Amino acid sequence: MENKEVVITRDLTTGYRKGKREWIITDRLSTSLREGEFVSLLGPNGAGKSTLLRTLAGFQSPLGGQVLIEGVDLSEMNPRDLARTVSVVLTEKTQIDNMNVEALVGLGRAPYTGFWGTLDPKDREVVESAMRLTGIENMRKREVQSLSDGERQKVMIAKALAQSTPVIFLDEPTAFLDYPSKVEIMLLLARLAKEERKTIFMSTHDIDIALQLSSRIWLMDKKEGVTIGSHRELTDSGALERYFLRPGIGFDRESGRFFVS
Amino acid sequence: MRFAILGILAIILFFLNLFVGSVEIDPGEVWRILTEWNPEGGPLDFIVLGSRFPQAVTAFLAGSALTVSGLLLQTAFRNPLAGPSILGITSGSGLGVALVMLFFGGTLSIGSLSIGGYMAVLIGALAGSLAIMALLLLFSVWLKSDLMLLIAGIMTGYLTSSVITLLNYFSSAESIQSYTLWGMGSFGGVSLSQLPIFSFAVILGLFLSILMMKPLNILLLGDNYARNLGIRMQTVRNLLLVTTGILTSVVTAFCGPVTFIGLAMPHIVRMIFRTSDHRVIIPGSILTGGVIGLGCNLLCVLPRETILPLNGITPIIGVPVVLYVIFSKRRQ
Repeated sequence: MENKEVVITRDLTTGYRKGKREWIITDRLSTSLREGEFVSLLGPNGAGKSTLLRTLAGFQSPLGGQVLIEGVDLSEMNPRDLARTVSVVLTEKTQIDNMNVEALVGLGRAPYTGFWGTLDPKDREVVESAMRLTGIENMRKREVQSLSDGERQKVMIAKALAQSTPVIFLDEPTAFLDYPSKVEIMLLLARLAKEERKTIFMSTHDIDIALQLSSRIWLMDKKEGVTIGSHRELTDSGALERYFLRPGIGFDRESGRFFVS
Repeated sequence: MRFAILGILAIILFFLNLFVGSVEIDPGEVWRILTEWNPEGGPLDFIVLGSRFPQAVTAFLAGSALTVSGLLLQTAFRNPLAGPSILGITSGSGLGVALVMLFFGGTLSIGSLSIGGYMAVLIGALAGSLAIMALLLLFSVWLKSDLMLLIAGIMTGYLTSSVITLLNYFSSAESIQSYTLWGMGSFGGVSLSQLPIFSFAVILGLFLSILMMKPLNILLLGDNYARNLGIRMQTVRNLLLVTTGILTSVVTAFCGPVTFIGLAMPHIVRMIFRTSDHRVIIPGSILTGGVIGLGCNLLCVLPRETILPLNGITPIIGVPVVLYVIFSKRRQ
């Protein structure tokens, strides 16, 4: 049985509107993301990955069409409901002084806490399990600014888990990390999707790792638009080659891997 | 525990401010005056009740107000070097004050104004500071770099100062002198009859800042994370604008453009409480800021027979803190 569709796009057109002119980036995209799926969005810079991600996460409104999450149109949600539906992890390295890991993860409970933001025992339990799932419970009292970049992204992922949303969107979460940390973060995301039944959608430039760990892949560029499939499907249809093959880059159809030729 | 120590310190300093001043009064006599509470009782009664008492209350509240407004600005702009005076908000208030005073009979002297006149001065100061805050928020949309924003703020400050200088140039020698004295800063500018207005405005601003403790904590994560956590950015920004505007402009109108307290004190508060949680550091800022206000005022009145200008004292405390912040940033 197929898993249930959590995110559904209907004729989704993304882009920018300036005055009367429109810059269309994604044209009438109708697709879905399923429960327990770890999906990567791959494509060169300037393909519009961020715009698509921002639209899916409700940061900007679509030029046309709809994004439905668990059956509800994003544009009809108030900020609090949206915050309980979608959580994000971003590339930006936030400068936070004098805050420990536990307190930051606790901020993920903001959409549920009352006027003063006090955590009740249930909130604490959720924070605790978010830290356990991301393997950061032993650094709970450490100051966030003392963490390595990889550890810091784990804390932001724990924050997203504490938000208890069915969907987590990540915008190039591994951009500034060293190789082992990139692998570690993506393994963590793949595991969270599988074990916690989260729908996880991530844009990234780390093609190699993403191809190996994602359940499905969205390819995106200006010329070809969006193509969606599993690693195998995209290899066999030649889509991966179409999107990424350049002079100097080779592609092995057997393994579906890129190499420097 | 830390709150208790600060509270006791505040009470001690408050009473020291009542017992010590440029005129020497016997402590027993001060006690008698305080317990009898008759401001019209005699010259000494007037000094203690009509001058020292409002000055001590003003020092506490102004210190709190400036510290909290500095804290709000540092969180809103996510910049440790933000503060009401460095971003030009204080000089915006100053410009508002100068303009209103010119319209009120061409004098820049604040002492000669009626209560109605004071309200006008307050509104002028508020309008000036809100205009600068709005301008800065506008700049912050375009200027992603914090450094650029600070420079834009400093430039705005210079621009308003230049307008004030021009206004001064065309006014009488007497009003220039009183404007210069105002510019040196003093907690002594609030009389007993004006104290209720001043206190009400400051307490209103502090109250508003207490209401914003949860969104302020979330703002620490940056605009995008904050939006994703359900914060209505526009509402919070507007509320921040109004709150900082009230706190800064009221203090500036009555006490002059007091420097460095707003910039430096939030760092001291974070160091004392070792957290960025606004549910701790907003009350912490109110207390610590008040303590520093009372301490600075005490230093101003300590020399016999004369009163030192406030802005001669505050940088001595402020500059080392700011330098420490810059150097500790470099280490990271």
